[in-house]
Amino acid sequence: MSTVTPDVGHPGAGGHDHDSHGHHGHGHAEPSPLSLLWQLPTFSCDHKVIGLQFLITTLMMLMVGGALALGVRWQLAFPWERMPILGDTVFKADGGQIAPETYTMLVTMHASVMIFLVIIPILAGAFGNFLIPLQIGADDMAFPTLNMLSYWFMWPAIACFGASFFFGGGPAGGWTSYPLLSALQQAAPGSGMAQTLWLVGLTLIGVSSMMGSVNYMTTIINMRAPGMTLFRMPLTIWSMFITAILQAFALPVLTAAGFMLVADRTLGTCFFIPSGIVVNNAAPTVGGGQPLLWQHLFWFYSHPAVYIMLLPAMGMVSDMLACMSRKPIFGYKPMVYSMAAIAGLGFIVWGHHMFTSGMNPALGMTFMVSTILIALPSAVKTFNWLGTMWGGRLQFNAVMLNCIAFVSMFIIGGLSGIFMAAVPVDIYIHDTYFIVAHFHYVIFGATLFGCFGAIQFWFPKMFGRMMNDTLGQIHFAITFIAFNCTFFPMHLLGVAGFPRRYADPYHFPYLEHLLPLNQFMTIAAIIMGFAQFLLLANFFGSMFFGKRCGRNPWNANGLEWTTPSPPGHGNFDIPPVCYHGPYEYSSPLSHDNDFLPQTEYVPLAQRQAIAQAGH
Amino acid sequence: MGRFWAIFFILAAVVTVGFSAIGPEFRWWFPGDGLAHSTLGKKIDDLFYLILIIVSVTYVGTHIVLGYVLWRGAGIQKSDKVWFSHGSHALEVIWTIVPSGILLFIAFYQMDVWRNYRVKAYFPKKTAAVAEVTARQFEWRIRYPAPGKILQPRPQPDDIYTVNDIRVPAGQPVSISLRSDDVQHAIFVPGLRVKQDAVPGLVIPVWFEVTDTGTYDMVCAELCGWGHYKMKAQVVASSEEEFEAWKVNAAKEQSYDGVPQTPEAVAAKADDE
Repeated sequence: MSTVTPDVGHPGAGGHDHDSHGHHGHGHAEPSPLSLLWQLPTFSCDHKVIGLQFLITTLMMLMVGGALALGVRWQLAFPWERMPILGDTVFKADGGQIAPETYTMLVTMHASVMIFLVIIPILAGAFGNFLIPLQIGADDMAFPTLNMLSYWFMWPAIACFGASFFFGGGPAGGWTSYPLLSALQQAAPGSGMAQTLWLVGLTLIGVSSMMGSVNYMTTIINMRAPGMTLFRMPLTIWSMFITAILQAFALPVLTAAGFMLVADRTLGTCFFIPSGIVVNNAAPTVGGGQPLLWQHLFWFYSHPAVYIMLLPAMGMVSDMLACMSRKPIFGYKPMVYSMAAIAGLGFIVWGHHMFTSGMNPALGMTFMVSTILIALPSAVKTFNWLGTMWGGRLQFNAVMLNCIAFVSMFIIGGLSGIFMAAVPVDIYIHDTYFIVAHFHYVIFGATLFGCFGAIQFWFPKMFGRMMNDTLGQIHFAITFIAFNCTFFPMHLLGVAGFPRRYADPYHFPYLEHLLPLNQFMTIAAIIMGFAQFLLLANFFGSMFFGKRCGRNPWNANGLEWTTPSPPGHGNFDIPPVCYHGPYEYSSPLSHDNDFLPQTEYVPLAQRQAIAQAGH
Repeated sequence: MGRFWAIFFILAAVVTVGFSAIGPEFRWWFPGDGLAHSTLGKKIDDLFYLILIIVSVTYVGTHIVLGYVLWRGAGIQKSDKVWFSHGSHALEVIWTIVPSGILLFIAFYQMDVWRNYRVKAYFPKKTAAVAEVTARQFEWRIRYPAPGKILQPRPQPDDIYTVNDIRVPAGQPVSISLRSDDVQHAIFVPGLRVKQDAVPGLVIPVWFEVTDTGTYDMVCAELCGWGHYKMKAQVVASSEEEFEAWKVNAAKEQSYDGVPQTPEAVAAKADDE
């Protein structure tokens, strides 16, 4: 373990308030709070800088994806009406309206941006990079250069996605890009160059993710600090580890499928194209392929990807919940095993996206059983989170509120999943708004609230300052209420048979009466969208004006809290040695504190004495 | 402030439950009269309500616990001792086994409905193949056999065609062959709880038995291009006699060429042959 001196900046004023343990060098000067920020525009190989690069990029993309979503919501609430702001600029050619092909583009790109440029990179890219070396006590990742490349490969992907808007109005095959809509250039205005660019962008993001996942696995296996056994790792690390495995095994399939589709589109192969298909009076296809093949390959990646979008948030929330409840995590090992079970089962449930696709019905039965069983580890995790909070001294700050929201929203998202897992019921609700409600509850309600919490929890480690908690609570309250007003009614819309991806559902008599409800949801969505400026203001403002803090503002146990805030190059000024699990809050071993850092050694005699006193 | 947030989360759960409860009142629920009008649809609805009950109990139960935990946690002072516990093996076993029993029950309880719906060997014995439905951007073309004939896989000269209008007899199991001419589509008839993708290159049989005569909206449920939202169609279920009469009439209308059938013309035609 290297003992690089931290970057010398301004000596931290009052930076040691909370560090009552004094087992680190007081002689070191605290680094400048913005030392990581200034390195953002560089090709830095420092995992913290890369994590921050990912974080700020994804926050920007979150706003882009949100804007696309508001376009969708506008059309659903005020179909064909002149759109404010964009109507007079971008959509001027259509008289300010959102044209139907534009609507399908908005749906497609909202999902693509949110999934591939926000949720996956904010979890694995931003928090994975920032936290893994810090929490396991390493001075950096195993392959720093690879790590740097994994971030910079995002930009060609973003460029591809961005450029695709300028060809035929943008890709409009849905984020799942089912052939033949995506395979035949003539199938839709957006099925030309835009679709190719989309596929290339997707592949580049895959390359970026793959570089990250190789790195995470190697780092976690090889670079743990002395004493950091596997079962002393924070659940964040476990979740990142399991996620990295998922990515490493699932991604190649998507990449292969992507190349096959690009070949179908440009080289004239027919992996997915059957013969004799005529689209828009083009020549009939030669064929020999099978569109269902794409669905199998795509979901073989994209179902595990759902857990890639969830597991890291589960891990981080476990860390935050334990800290903010001042209690050990309830059932640490069941938490680990259930994450592993989710990952394992996650590989054999992809067919539940295809219950109505026409695949062999016997497959439908097996996929139903495996899918319903995946609810089990999720339930175990939920009960353990409730057990963690049970009887704890809860700190109701913005971090905790977002974590409670995670648990509550995950319950809704998980329970609505049971309807879909049951194949006969799925026949009815498949491709309706019930599905839209379900995955927004999981990906936004759970993952994104978890991320909001994580941003505020680890912000002090990034910038040596606290985020404003009052502002954080206001942001949370508005987002939470508006989120539920936007997405909860979607369950009912789905039951009413409201189909997905419809530019104008209201010309069907049985859907007419749902317009007012949709208008209510859109207003809530607009409020929710604009509330995110509070988060951005808090995030960027606190970098400069936040209250200065020391190494361990939350009185947390993890190794990351023994480093300076922000940690200098090489992270640890004192090489960490790990003696406990990460969740020893309120332990009788910690004398007058309610936490016991992983680095604090408790002599054997003292441990025995306390063990005897306890009996 | 802690108590405030405890109430906040409890209220949120209460509001979601209340909102769902008033849904049917505002017709934010199953379309039309809220009932399924096919035999399988009724079974699907039964399963839906069964899951709804299980899920609602779980949701309310977990949120009562959550509310209690938050309320209690907000009252614990810095001086109070927290419950120092790393978990409970007995609890883990209980909350693993109980949900797995319930979940497996849900899974296996659904099997036969799915089997009857999709596995060909379990289709009702006397399923009449009424029509071939071909989806294309952005309409449905329906091909019926001529009156008294049975549906052939290849188009016949005397087949009857309609667009966006599927006619079936009610009160008996019927099947349609679903195809696509271009990209992927899906038929979705909410009132009958029927949904099936139309996959290019495949011919997929879909059977259903409409229990009540009437007209049911039909939509496309798989993104098929810019006009995905406008593949408006209907399923018209009538009594068997009416259906047959409609077919005879439609065949006549379709072959009508406007040439008056005078006795001389008929005689001349007979001479030719």
